[in-house]
Amino acid sequence: MSFINYSAKEINCKIVYYGPGLCGKTTNLQHIYAKTNPDVKGKMISLETETERTLFFDFLPLALGEIRGFKTRFHLYTVPGQVFYDASRKLILKGVDGVVFVADSQIERMEANIESLENLKINLLDQGYDLDTLPYVVQYNKRDLPNAAPLEEMRRLFNPTQVPDFEASAATGDGVFETLKAVAKGVLTNLKNMGQSSSSSDARS
Amino acid sequence: MLESQFVMREEDSREVHAVIERLAVDARARGVFIVDKTGQLIGEAGEMTGIDSTSLASLAAGCVAATGGLALIFGEEEFPTHYHQGERDNLHITLLGERMILLVVFDERSSLGLVRLRVKKNGPELARIFEDARKKSDANAASSGSPFADITDEDIDNLFSH
Repeated sequence: MSFINYSAKEINCKIVYYGPGLCGKTTNLQHIYAKTNPDVKGKMISLETETERTLFFDFLPLALGEIRGFKTRFHLYTVPGQVFYDASRKLILKGVDGVVFVADSQIERMEANIESLENLKINLLDQGYDLDTLPYVVQYNKRDLPNAAPLEEMRRLFNPTQVPDFEASAATGDGVFETLKAVAKGVLTNLKNMGQSSSSSDARS
Repeated sequence: MLESQFVMREEDSREVHAVIERLAVDARARGVFIVDKTGQLIGEAGEMTGIDSTSLASLAAGCVAATGGLALIFGEEEFPTHYHQGERDNLHITLLGERMILLVVFDERSSLGLVRLRVKKNGPELARIFEDARKKSDANAASSGSPFADITDEDIDNLFSH
């Protein structure tokens, strides 16, 4: 749910990075944080365990610039990927405007990817959202690893509806900004569509 | 989709700020913040200028969401009020209707009793303002009054060109 503030002339949107444990959601945000100008980003918050696993969420606010005189801010969140943190994942999806599904390309993580994508669909439905109408992109992370599954196979499994998708290596930064740009564009296009039509039936970018 | 967007008009914003500025004085608070449950900062008043209010909003929403989850485990619909006690500063959190969170930060110049009293007095007015704003926001969406209806693909691309 985007928030438009006429008084402050700004619009805030929420993007959530979703995916199985250790797929690289936090690494995506860390790369964005490291490579963004200080005047564009706020403080990055990571609520993590002592072993640096995400406990609740990571949070990174970004101010991208102005559209028609409105400051455009994106709040990036990750969810905890580990299966038993499902209650937390549901909470973080509240009010989401766009989703990035980060799939782990390693062959042995395919089952975990499938489980996480199913979990995303269920948790979105719980909140009244539908992945088919929400701005949504897929990132195939860890493409640089030798045990990466074939791209076509991953596309078949995780992107049957052919939303924008990207190969990435979050650890080196490859594909990270392309992914962010695509989901942010999807969110803004959705806002435009909602403004043009009260039914907002065509939400996909 | 649940709720597509929430629009805050200038007149609503002025009303909210008038109430929270009064609340900050009456409760002798260091700061008063309004945050929505998705983590967006809606308004702030008081002397705590320079604080990282974006982080505050996100963490407060997370805190309220987690506490709400705990409430469900105990069969409660919500824990509508929580209180965090620190060595110097204390934080009083109250839910305002379905969507908003009111945070009052206070130190030894005030007391929990005074803050509770003032929040109880001003909370319903704030909830009423937000309910009115929501209705206006929904009505406006239905009549396609979004400022983003006319943006072009070029506008969007320009955001990413630097």
